[in-house]
Amino acid sequence: MAYRKTLAGLVAATILAGSTGVSYAATEIQWWHAFTGRLGDLLAEQVEKFNASQSDYVVVASHKGNYSETLNAGIAAFRAGEQPHVLMVFEVGTATMMGAKGAIKPVYELMAETGKPFDQDAYLAAVAGYYTTTDGEMLSLPYNSSTPVLYVNRDALSAAGIDPDADLSTWEKVGEALDKLKASGSSCPLTTAWQSWVHLENLSAYHDVPFATKENGFAGVDTELAFNGPVQVAHIEAMGQWAKDGKFIYAGRRNEGGARFRSGECAFFTESSAGYAGVKAEAEFAFDIRPLPYWASVEAAPVNTIIGGASLWVMTGHEAAEYAGVAEFLNFLSSADIQAKWHQDTGYLPITHAAFDQTKAAGFYEANPGTDIAVIQMTGKAPTANSKGLRLGSFDQIRGIIDEELEAVWAGDKAAKDALDNAVERGNQLLRRFEQANR
Amino acid sequence: MHKRVVFNNRVLPYLLLAPQILVTLVFFFWPAGQAIYQSAYIPDPFGLSSQFVGFGNFEFLLSDRYYLASFKTTVIFSTLVTVLSMGAALWLAVMADRVIKGSSAYKTLLVWPYAVAPAVAGVLWLFMFNPNVGLVAWYLKAMGYDWNHVLNDGEAMGLVVVASAWRQISYNFLFFLAGLQAIPKSVIEAAAIDGASFARRFWTIVFPLLSPTTFFLLVVNIVYAFFETFGVIHTITAGGPQQATTILVYKVFSDGFVGQDLGSSAAQSVILLFVVGLLTVVQFRYIERKVHY
Repeated sequence: MAYRKTLAGLVAATILAGSTGVSYAATEIQWWHAFTGRLGDLLAEQVEKFNASQSDYVVVASHKGNYSETLNAGIAAFRAGEQPHVLMVFEVGTATMMGAKGAIKPVYELMAETGKPFDQDAYLAAVAGYYTTTDGEMLSLPYNSSTPVLYVNRDALSAAGIDPDADLSTWEKVGEALDKLKASGSSCPLTTAWQSWVHLENLSAYHDVPFATKENGFAGVDTELAFNGPVQVAHIEAMGQWAKDGKFIYAGRRNEGGARFRSGECAFFTESSAGYAGVKAEAEFAFDIRPLPYWASVEAAPVNTIIGGASLWVMTGHEAAEYAGVAEFLNFLSSADIQAKWHQDTGYLPITHAAFDQTKAAGFYEANPGTDIAVIQMTGKAPTANSKGLRLGSFDQIRGIIDEELEAVWAGDKAAKDALDNAVERGNQLLRRFEQANR
Repeated sequence: MHKRVVFNNRVLPYLLLAPQILVTLVFFFWPAGQAIYQSAYIPDPFGLSSQFVGFGNFEFLLSDRYYLASFKTTVIFSTLVTVLSMGAALWLAVMADRVIKGSSAYKTLLVWPYAVAPAVAGVLWLFMFNPNVGLVAWYLKAMGYDWNHVLNDGEAMGLVVVASAWRQISYNFLFFLAGLQAIPKSVIEAAAIDGASFARRFWTIVFPLLSPTTFFLLVVNIVYAFFETFGVIHTITAGGPQQATTILVYKVFSDGFVGQDLGSSAAQSVILLFVVGLLTVVQFRYIERKVHY
């Protein structure tokens, strides 16, 4: 009996070993990312498709926490010599990754070395530009990119006696709507997510004014913050006044405002275009997506908005054969089918023209009005030096400083000009330290 | 008649101590040494290069008024947490000590919060006080008080203090209760026969006799407030609004792990190390004298 059991076990073990034998032969590629929930599922689906599509490589995706935690995990792993092949890094970590010359393998270099087909012009300039050097060389592959848009609760507007189809393209017009909403008793006329990203970083790009010197940091690490100019001060002043009058409700530093919009309490909400899926799933009211408003009083506006999100960085220290697999995987992710599906499922921007055209041809934008607003807003005009993106060291922390100073404005403790001056001064100190560390 | 056990082996005592010493060396001296070493450099996050700056990181910190403000925040926060958690625990222990029926049920319930990790405690309190969906915030609004700790710094501080103290009350309660039960009943009964009221018995007999416990808890609670409250602050306020709840240890984290500024973070750890060392010395040197063993 005992003998038979052992034999059966041996047979089972052999079968198991045989079935996994295929993946032993394949080269493993580690990908560390920051997605959970629905985004995590969609990501896993892409990986599965890639693994099923060929037999030379196996991509293993691991979740390492939120964006900051994933970046930290990657850094700690690099220090221990255990880094993954591909690391997802959010856009504010771009300068940190760029500074780490010995730790990263730029995407253009990877493609050249492995001889895989790679056409940079296939990517949307407004998206890829954020991760491209001033010489036009792509350093990391944009993965999930979004841009801020205005979400409108049509029912709330109707209730306040405002035509829901009214023109809301400028902050002046939105301001008038806020007056009416407040007068009719709305407890939350306007709220926002990611205040620094929407109301300073994108505001600056959209109105063609610098957020920082040296082309927003693209041209050198000796950059200085410059978001205390008249356009930004005027905007924050207006927002501060709205906060004081109860027309702008501040809900928190991240996307806490989302819950209040989706519950129907707030009439307007400035948030990433990637918030679309959540709003669509939860909102029990008619809603619209409109372009982010601009100030009509600023002549240059609107140019284009900039992106937020994450890109994929390839790390050094691996075998050539593995890099060939990484290159193939990145090309797979850039393919039109994968990108079009990702764009339609999540509300993130497509990274290639082909994916946008394919989505358009499939009639997705007619069926889901407003989903193309973000793409149009990003690509309507050629990016200027002020609207290409931001490349600042210690940027996560600088955003923290901006959050603190803006909170002082919303609470009525500080004037807009003082708060922004202060944020610039404090942020510059961090930039100087970053410059010192990356000499 | 007195029996003494004598170890003749000279090596054995060291062998017996070795595990403890090893743990201290690996988990305390080594990292502390690393922190001191790193505080003299500005490294890049990946450890590819670093600049020697001597005391530069300390100069940078001590000339930063936000860092100095963080000291003040830490003092206020730690004092409030310590006083609140010890005061409430002492009151509960005295009450539980008097209960005769079902006292073990009370005691068990009072100890429960200690099993909750700080970060989880933070989330629990955040749910209750969330300005938008929180139950308590909702009731406060119904009573005409507009609770918003997202913008109001006093409310934010109050909330993190209560959330931090809440968990520690259980721990303090256990020690106070044990301390109370160790006080000889005869002393208290004698005072009662002399006609001393409960309050008088407490302040003249119980409280002084409890002082060793109180002193021990004081040290433990201050260390708790300095270091372990990190999870609560991270989940509830993340140091905001503005910098109202950025205590020293939170700044170490945010500069090191959010800002990737390891030099400054290391220098802050070193400063923190000295502050806590100094505090402990002061406590043992000046407060311990008032303790009756």
